[in-house]
Amino acid sequence: MRLKLEKRREPSLAMLVITPIASVILTMVIGIVVFDLIGIKGFKAVVDIFLSPILASYKWQDVALKAAPLVIIALGLSVGNRAQVWNIGAEGQYVIGALCAAGVGVGFGTTGGFFVVLLMVLAGIVGGGVWATVPAWLRTRFNVNEILSSLMLTYVALQVLSYLVGGPWKDPNGRNFPATAPLDPSQTLPVWHGSTVHLGVLIALILPFVFWVVMARSEFGYQVRVVGSSPTAARHGGFDGRSTIFATLIISGAMAGLAGALEFTGVLHKIDLGFPSGYGFTAIIVAFLGRLNPIGCLIAGTVLAVTYVGGQMAQTSVHIPNSTAGIFQAMMLFFILASDILVRYRIRVIPSAKPAPIAKAEV
Amino acid sequence: MSLEFIIAAIVTVVGLTTPILLAGLGELVVEKSGVLNLGVEGMMLVGAISGFGVTVMTFNPWIGVLGAAAGGAAASMLFAVLVLQLNSNQVATGLALTIFGTGLSSLLGLSFTGRIVAPFLSVFPDALAKDPIWRVIFGYSPIVYFALVMVPLTAWFLKSTRAGLILRAVGENDLSAHSIGYSVIKVRYAAIAFGGAMAGIGGCYFSMVITPMWAEKMTAGRGWIALALVVFAGWRTGRLLAGAYFFGILMALELYAKASGFSFLPSQFWAAMPYAMTVVALSFISSRGTAGANAPACLGKPFLPST
Repeated sequence: MRLKLEKRREPSLAMLVITPIASVILTMVIGIVVFDLIGIKGFKAVVDIFLSPILASYKWQDVALKAAPLVIIALGLSVGNRAQVWNIGAEGQYVIGALCAAGVGVGFGTTGGFFVVLLMVLAGIVGGGVWATVPAWLRTRFNVNEILSSLMLTYVALQVLSYLVGGPWKDPNGRNFPATAPLDPSQTLPVWHGSTVHLGVLIALILPFVFWVVMARSEFGYQVRVVGSSPTAARHGGFDGRSTIFATLIISGAMAGLAGALEFTGVLHKIDLGFPSGYGFTAIIVAFLGRLNPIGCLIAGTVLAVTYVGGQMAQTSVHIPNSTAGIFQAMMLFFILASDILVRYRIRVIPSAKPAPIAKAEV
Repeated sequence: MSLEFIIAAIVTVVGLTTPILLAGLGELVVEKSGVLNLGVEGMMLVGAISGFGVTVMTFNPWIGVLGAAAGGAAASMLFAVLVLQLNSNQVATGLALTIFGTGLSSLLGLSFTGRIVAPFLSVFPDALAKDPIWRVIFGYSPIVYFALVMVPLTAWFLKSTRAGLILRAVGENDLSAHSIGYSVIKVRYAAIAFGGAMAGIGGCYFSMVITPMWAEKMTAGRGWIALALVVFAGWRTGRLLAGAYFFGILMALELYAKASGFSFLPSQFWAAMPYAMTVVALSFISSRGTAGANAPACLGKPFLPST
């Protein structure tokens, strides 16, 4: 027998939903096998990473805190990816967003309150957006590949951070450690009483629905899909595809900047060399696991956040390194990409046995 | 400037250039076959740890380099199966490979942290290799000479051999190559494996020659610079060599700025320089509009024969 691919007329909606779930399950199964092979208790490792954060209710707030930046960044990235625009420098935009928020905080000294915090968050959005303007402008003006330019600017952003926290913004009372002074409590995001869950988590819960409405109902959402379907289609649609591309990059940058500002004002309250935590890269996985759908991003971001928290738990319980969570995340992405073909194609099994039996029947 | 300083500077630049030159050459061949593999950074890290690990276990750096090549090529096969067999999106799959390689190398590297490997013995007699002046020519690791030999070899292969011609045909017009009877998929598998092996060797230069020890994420984004290098070079081997040395000099500036004199600017400025200059260089190349003309026509597109 032989397998034949048959193109579906419409992408399969069922497969679109089933494949991400199957990818997560398959990752867990393969994880168990592989870890057993390399001498780590596979079953325990997988249970710790994927299930224990869900079962232990005291870990839920950690999951929410990790999910918020992932979801927010992934929302922005998925808009770009739909237009075949690849911003992989979200990590840099995230860092610049946080630094801009910190800049506002430094400027106001110990003055705080609602408007200062609002200004800090807005500064983060603007900062991330401006940082993404560079690849956006280079792409639309000079046709520079945005994958490379946005990523290169991430490394530049890391050096900007290193300079600021080690120089002008270094905490004078910080024992010469390269970090900003902790934020004044009046400059931090409000938190749900008795927990560490900050306002950013609520924002991450609302934004997917905003994005969903915009992408599904607005002219802009339509343009993004047209540009993504073919580069020349925009001209036939009667609009400039370049401005759509520009806009998707700015949006993804602004979202990453927002996430950075929220992480800074809501969780960490200071910036040091460990601030860049890879959310900008993991969000790429979130966007794909969420099938570039805003609600999908919300779910996928939560799943990835579980693996983050679970990875940390497994570090202490079965002594596996933190990087293991990264392997699982990459495996999920591999599976989801591999299963893409099931969405667009139908697999038909063609029996390769000689037509002999039929011939006999005819006789 | 004394002669010694100049020689030390040249030795530094050559060392910094070698990994990106190797990885860049590999990626150039991959892209010439019409495939865009963004997993270079991940393959370099896998190469770095597998080269290091094999050397620790065999006490033989030559076998170690083979291990690095095998490790890089094996990692690239993950990408190849997805992209060639399942027609997955090349950009996203390449990214996945980088994320995977980063995690895998950290996990494998756990048992090797703090270990030191046997260094390469020089291929030239000590009188030349250790000579304060002649070391500028004879004093390098064999990997450096390998990289330099591979430049004309790759150019010759692509330009003058039958296999090279087929590879370019596959990259320029996969459907035509398919209809003449060449196996597009097989050619691309071979190209991707070569790219993985070269990235692996480039990666092991970090863990076996530069430091020589293993550290997480030790390639520090050089894989991405190698990718930029291919665009920068307009898919030409000669220009790739020149570009690699241009970036090598920029990276050496950072080291010298940190170590000495011109600290009128913060060291972070120099550290950011190679990356910022990559963006500037890409802008120049892309704005002239000629770079695209040389890009393989099928770059990054899935191969979808009608039958």
